[in-house]
Amino acid sequence: MKPIYLDNNATTQVDPLVLEEMLPYFSELYANPSSMHTFGGQVGGKLRQARSRVAALLGCAPDEVVFTACGTESDNTAIRSALTVRPDRRRIVTTKVEHPAILGLVEHLKKTEGYDVVLLPVDGEGNLDLAAYKAALTPDTAIVSVMWANNETGVVFPIPELSAIARERGILFHTDAVQAVGKIPMKLSETAVDMLSLSGHKLHASKGVGALYVRKGTPFAPLLIGGHQERGMRSGTENTPGLIGLGKACELAQTHMAEENSRVRALRDRLEQGLLAAVPNSKLNGAKEPRLPNTSNISFKFVEGEAILLRLDQLGICASSGSACSSGSLEPSHVLRAMGVPFTFAHGSIRFSLSRTTTDAEIDLVLTELPKIIDTLRKISPFNEQNAMEEEKPACGC
Amino acid sequence: MWDYTDKVREHFLEPRNVGSIENADGVGEVGSIACGDALKLFLKVDENERIVEVKFQTFGCASAIASSSALTEMVKGKTLDEALTISNQDIADYLGGLPKEKMHCSVMGREALEAAVRNLRGEAAPEVEGEIVCECFGVTDVQIRRAIAENHLTTVDDVTAFTKAGGGCAKCHERIQEILTEATGTPAPASASSPAPAPKPEEKPRMTNMQRIQLIEKVIEEDVRPMLMADGGNIELVDVDRTTVFVKLQGRCTSCPSSGITLRTGVEAVLREKVDPAIQVKEG
Ligand SMILES: Cc1ncc(COP(=O)(O)O)c(C=O)c1O
Repeated sequence: MKPIYLDNNATTQVDPLVLEEMLPYFSELYANPSSMHTFGGQVGGKLRQARSRVAALLGCAPDEVVFTACGTESDNTAIRSALTVRPDRRRIVTTKVEHPAILGLVEHLKKTEGYDVVLLPVDGEGNLDLAAYKAALTPDTAIVSVMWANNETGVVFPIPELSAIARERGILFHTDAVQAVGKIPMKLSETAVDMLSLSGHKLHASKGVGALYVRKGTPFAPLLIGGHQERGMRSGTENTPGLIGLGKACELAQTHMAEENSRVRALRDRLEQGLLAAVPNSKLNGAKEPRLPNTSNISFKFVEGEAILLRLDQLGICASSGSACSSGSLEPSHVLRAMGVPFTFAHGSIRFSLSRTTTDAEIDLVLTELPKIIDTLRKISPFNEQNAMEEEKPACGC
Repeated sequence: MWDYTDKVREHFLEPRNVGSIENADGVGEVGSIACGDALKLFLKVDENERIVEVKFQTFGCASAIASSSALTEMVKGKTLDEALTISNQDIADYLGGLPKEKMHCSVMGREALEAAVRNLRGEAAPEVEGEIVCECFGVTDVQIRRAIAENHLTTVDDVTAFTKAGGGCAKCHERIQEILTEATGTPAPASASSPAPAPKPEEKPRMTNMQRIQLIEKVIEEDVRPMLMADGGNIELVDVDRTTVFVKLQGRCTSCPSSGITLRTGVEAVLREKVDPAIQVKEG
């Protein structure tokens, strides 16, 4: 059975056109793009085209794109580079809701090298407080890293504005845009972003390819040191098929962006509104807008997320959850906790993330089946509707 | 995706004995919504203390629901004394095994059974013995030692999987390793550990974090909420960090300028009186 795949923030299907573009570079066109012979030059030329295609999607120059092996590598490179080129500065500013690719790294840097790490809080809707952001940017700050869009809630941060504030203060600005690239139009040349991470497998390219945008003139120190590849900014022979696929995927993302923001958004809204209307004691996690057009994170009170996922799985429906059990940890998602989502809700959160492959029929199926699943699980739960909150009373005039 | 056995899936998808018993002879409740799983077990016995009816309600993941369902099938028809010989490993075995990270679900089953039997026999809940090792989940050294002995645990990860201890902030990992070393006689993997500190003389049994959270939940449900609802307001417990209680006020009190006063004088006073004089209530 073909899965009903509503977990596109975890990874996406490689687009058939991307695969077609990749295949020759696994077989007959296997040369090393750095080689001096014509055979190598053929692959090198194709890699240059891929770089231009990525740059076109980002709105930057091709030589500002450094190919890497994943989003995590891009994130690690950016942060460590900034710390190396600003050796006199000891502060790293980021947010509580970043992906582990950032949070795990900065915690490590704090523990092993004593950096002063500031994790900015968010409000109940997942938004940053601009005043707190400005206050955190002291002269001792080496780098600010704020994600463009949140992978769990889809909430979008105002990156053009935040990067401008950092630049005014002479602080390098990095953004983890792994979830945003291909879904949000961007023109980096018109922002003050110094570095940006992206990952291929989130936009219908293959796993294990990524890129780091480094604005021209930004001081930079490589993470991987060795040969001369990527102009010395990232050594190691390039994953040519993967990166050529990434180029194609970026080109396709450009052409599908309008659809993502109209058809996919409409499907997402129908799913979200349908579920919130059909299931009592459910709520949306995160701000409604600005938000990625494909993501919806909904909590169902009194039930546990992993149990919901497993019953969805029985029907071939793929989603994910911020509950403790589903992650293998014992605490619910750090993003929902940072937003202060009550634990009566946090343990029962489900994230749906759609893509251009999602169909109307798939959304219909979830809308028929999920309310039944919640109902069944609530009948098993000792915390029943009787303890439920009454509807919020209208505000009083006192 | 967890690697669940067919038996776990079967008991999760078609749980046996779900529900409550109107006039149960014994009811056992363990866990809380805050901790991510909770189990309520209802028992009815005949004059020979033989279990004639058993029902459960569980909030939790697939393995928590399956463990509860399995437990009810296992105890049915047994006398209480026979039922009490069931170990958490027996529950896991009945299900064809549980992933290690989920073993605490089977431990929860056994604890609910013990609580229900105590309730039925009119015994008081045992005071917390020993020293609290894991503050996040309120686990004592006594509970950890028992899990180590009964399940032949050898690593800190094992202990977390079976008791949840160490699954939060991870500050207690060193202490858990010390207990493991004492209990099993095998030294810590890396550096030699210092001699275990002598058990602290406890003036009075402390409440575990989990007990405190449960009590706070109960007081809010039973005392605070009705009080606020009478005024057209409502309250939701958001989080508990030791003695700081974070709540969300809803309805009338949110927009009312006196909500600061409502908080301090109302909710905090009640919680201080009924739970702990050190409690501070914050909105967040
Ligand atoms: C926001 C964000 N950053 C970074 C990553 C890591 O990307 P990769 O899997 O390519 O290392 C992800 C993917 O899960 C992500 O969602």
